[in-house]
Amino acid sequence: MDTAETGTLIIGAGEAGLGIAVALRNAGYTAPVTISGSEADAPYQRPPLSKEFLAGEMDEENLLLRANNFYQDKEIRLLTNAHIEDIVLDDNAAGGTATTSSGTEIRFDRLALATGASPRRLPVPGADLDGVCYLRDIPDARRLRGLLPEARRVVVVGGGYIGLEAAAVARTRGLEVTVVETFERLLQRVAAPPISEFFRAAHEKRGARVLLGASVTALQGSAGSVTGVELSDGTVLPADLVIIGIGVEPRIELAQKLGLDCGRGIIVDDAARTSNPAIVAAGDCTMQPHPLYPGELICLESVQNAADQAKVAAASLLDGPRPERAVPWFWSNQADIRLQIAGLSAGFDDYVIRGEPGSEQFTVLYYRGGRLIAADAVNSPHDFMAVKRALGKGATIDPADAANVGVQLKTLIRET
Amino acid sequence: MPKIILRSPDGNLHTVDARVGASVMETAVKHGVPGIVAECGGALSCATCHVYVSGSCLERTGTAEDFEDEMLDDAAAERRPNSRLSCQIRMSDELDGLEVEIAPEQ
Repeated sequence: MDTAETGTLIIGAGEAGLGIAVALRNAGYTAPVTISGSEADAPYQRPPLSKEFLAGEMDEENLLLRANNFYQDKEIRLLTNAHIEDIVLDDNAAGGTATTSSGTEIRFDRLALATGASPRRLPVPGADLDGVCYLRDIPDARRLRGLLPEARRVVVVGGGYIGLEAAAVARTRGLEVTVVETFERLLQRVAAPPISEFFRAAHEKRGARVLLGASVTALQGSAGSVTGVELSDGTVLPADLVIIGIGVEPRIELAQKLGLDCGRGIIVDDAARTSNPAIVAAGDCTMQPHPLYPGELICLESVQNAADQAKVAAASLLDGPRPERAVPWFWSNQADIRLQIAGLSAGFDDYVIRGEPGSEQFTVLYYRGGRLIAADAVNSPHDFMAVKRALGKGATIDPADAANVGVQLKTLIRET
Repeated sequence: MPKIILRSPDGNLHTVDARVGASVMETAVKHGVPGIVAECGGALSCATCHVYVSGSCLERTGTAEDFEDEMLDDAAAERRPNSRLSCQIRMSDELDGLEVEIAPEQ
């Protein structure tokens, strides 16, 4: 028992959990690997839930990240509908025993947490009425997709990516759509003012209404179903469907139970190790340092981070060479608008707008201390790829030249 | 089920069954065919599912257009006239036997 490998337990069956399992197998790890997920579905892609899946352009089988026989072929044991209720670590060792809510005990000698994040709930009266939806997992998306054909008036609470993507899908179907955002601009937490303003104009141009600086005080209903959204100024927006997208909270309960250091998320180092070096964590549940953004701990809620950090976590579990960290990047598709984001713009002190926002094809490049740190590219894949490449090799693009659309950005990349 | 034959960068051939309507990228990833990264899961955002369509099949798949075309210009591996992002090739019975080579870098 002490010498035989009992294997690795990965808690969480999202992009990060699957990524750790795949990376372990790719590295030649042969001991048992168990992925334990609380959802009913095998690992699947979340990003399309608010985009192609919601629009009916993609089915549930398309969402699955791997075919069923992949798990058998790779000898990855996948537990679905499995809630880990308790974990007890062995004394003086990395191993331990996890217990699921159905009483199954899973022994492990390596542990990875990929517990993801939960949608933040709207803390107002009426939030449990029928017709009020969140958008995080397949059941949420399935339900919302089923309600859209019957809906006429949709209120989206939250002007972040999920809310705006869902608003675009609803509006494309011809529904009456109002987006309600607490802050004075859309995407306040993640984008600069020109991007916020662009998306406000773009959604309004496509027929949606955008209310900024407006907070929801209650959801009104009749016979158990939502009928309206009450704002703090007393306005009531009639609605038969309310979509709530007000951010996520990393799931840290198990990590706390294990005594791991947590902030908003589970704190990990650049090798994805938690404060207990025998335990790794990856994906939306973590807070991490990043070489491109020294001195900070950041929460990166993205597929790219989940996939990238999963490889790092697997390497740490095996004490293998650490893979290089990739440039964080993100995307959002809203109606016919494709936004691609390279790097993290938080903390910028200057920006350059390249192209004309009114043309719906432009890029905002962000700088800190004169150095390129990120770009938001709207319908501008060349610009996106150029900035991603520049950031990947620690290079920059002179802000004085960046606005000149007559010159391709990739020719302006300058090593420093 | 239409079949896809993929040559991975290590030279191995992989023959996989595709669902009609699934993309070449999805089918390859689901079956664990090495070489396709597909970071964005098919959102046409990352250019990491770059393939070269074999000459005789190109007529059936068509060539890249617009956004895909621009993304391919900046893909990690060499751009060729038969370059496609495999997330943008949807399988149909007409594409049965499609042969593609996975680009050596993604």
